[in-house]
Amino acid sequence: MESIIQVEDVTYGYGKRAVLEDVSLKIRERDFILIIGPNGGGKSTLLKLILGILTPWSGTIRFSDSAKNRLGYVPQTTGFNRSFPISVLDMVRTGCIHGDNYLKQNSRESIEKSREILQKLSLDQRLDENVTDLSGGQMQRVLIARALVAAPVALFLDEPTTALDIASQTDLIDILRELQSKMSIIVVTHDPTPYANIYQHLACLNKNLYCHERGELSEPTLEKVYGCPVEMLGHGIPHTLLPSHQEVKKK
Amino acid sequence: MTGLLSYEFMQNALFAAILASIACGLIGPFIVARRMVFISGGLSHTAFGGLGIAYWMGIRPIYGATVFVLAAAFFLASLEENKLSQNDLFIGILWSVGVAIGIVFVHLTPGYAPDLLSFLFGNILTVPRTDVAAMLVIVLIVVITVAIFYKGFVAIALDEEFALARRLPVRGLKTGLTVLAALTIVALIQVVGILLVIALLTIPVAIASELSMNFRKIIALSIFFGIAICLLGLSISYSLEFPSGASIILTGGALLLIVKGMKGIAK
Repeated sequence: MESIIQVEDVTYGYGKRAVLEDVSLKIRERDFILIIGPNGGGKSTLLKLILGILTPWSGTIRFSDSAKNRLGYVPQTTGFNRSFPISVLDMVRTGCIHGDNYLKQNSRESIEKSREILQKLSLDQRLDENVTDLSGGQMQRVLIARALVAAPVALFLDEPTTALDIASQTDLIDILRELQSKMSIIVVTHDPTPYANIYQHLACLNKNLYCHERGELSEPTLEKVYGCPVEMLGHGIPHTLLPSHQEVKKK
Repeated sequence: MTGLLSYEFMQNALFAAILASIACGLIGPFIVARRMVFISGGLSHTAFGGLGIAYWMGIRPIYGATVFVLAAAFFLASLEENKLSQNDLFIGILWSVGVAIGIVFVHLTPGYAPDLLSFLFGNILTVPRTDVAAMLVIVLIVVITVAIFYKGFVAIALDEEFALARRLPVRGLKTGLTVLAALTIVALIQVVGILLVIALLTIPVAIASELSMNFRKIIALSIFFGIAICLLGLSISYSLEFPSGASIILTGGALLLIVKGMKGIAK
């Protein structure tokens, strides 16, 4: 299957320090890729590079025609101005704007689309509520709705379960499971536990990226990427331990 | 009040108050939401340098202030965004150097030294018709720009990273917002003076935020309360023969306390 997004030998850093080195990754239609790694390993940075928030020092990121300008982004719930006075509906409507259309007035269309998405995510009773009054789980769903309102072909989520309780995590996984058949989903997380049953491909990132086509979480993988011994039970991952792990560093 | 309005200076004061309130009501909520109050303080004090030089050159002080504030706005907008400490540093430097330049040039101006307090606290009752016309132009620019770029400004105030991911021209929008803040400050200097510009940019927003959690309503209420504070402050200033700028701001402060108190009682 053709890839819709192709990251080739991308290097990026802050100051003079490289946090990503020669990273390559292919994302195909309806892939579910879990990118794991320790804090500071460059996971969020990779996401921001693909989304165009950051520009690589070197390397290229190519998009197919179908994926160009059709990327959805769900940032961490702490990543936006939570004191900004805005209703749930208006927040989701901001997902409709794009560099190409933000000067055009499309209020009615954006309201209809936003209502539709919010209904699907069971938030239609909270349209007029202020986002500051929402719980962590509800806020996460609003952020997903904002990303979905522009009908993306690939959805990128940055640590989506970090601030959620177990019930909200289950809700989120259900939503992702439903979306899985409609778009590519890329999740970066330091805790892969909640996704153990739904991801397709695994990528481990700690400056370098190790892709595992249909790979399973294994102790050696986690040890390599986290740089320390990792106990599977400690991570609570209900997965088979693999005797040997096929790791291919894609160049 | 009707009799008072037959005086041209009072008409000018009324127009100036309404125009300044519209400008600060439109820009103030964005300044507060984007936590740009410190930048506004830096810009407003930089204006003092322009005022001093203009006074020394014998041209209208507002022209000097406009040039200085706009130059400072573009400079601050050009600083690297990820170096927050550097931004703070330059805002502080502009703040103090601007005031120092102003004091030196006012000192160098031959003849009777102008009243520095009028620059610091403003005097709405002495705003000439020509400055009201200049304010009208500035306010029109602010209103039209905000109307056109409203969605973009909201997007960067709410979530800059998401705006970047949606390919919005975030840097241009941020520069635009800083320049609009600069223009608003220039418009406000005539009314309340340099020291109190920040208060008029923030107090109406603070009152509005107590009454609504909707950004559009906060803008509308900020304009309303800005006008109310200016007119009430002006009346108090006239009745008690208090300085007009200080009266306007103290009125705003009192109104904010009343609204907060009433809200507290209602809870």
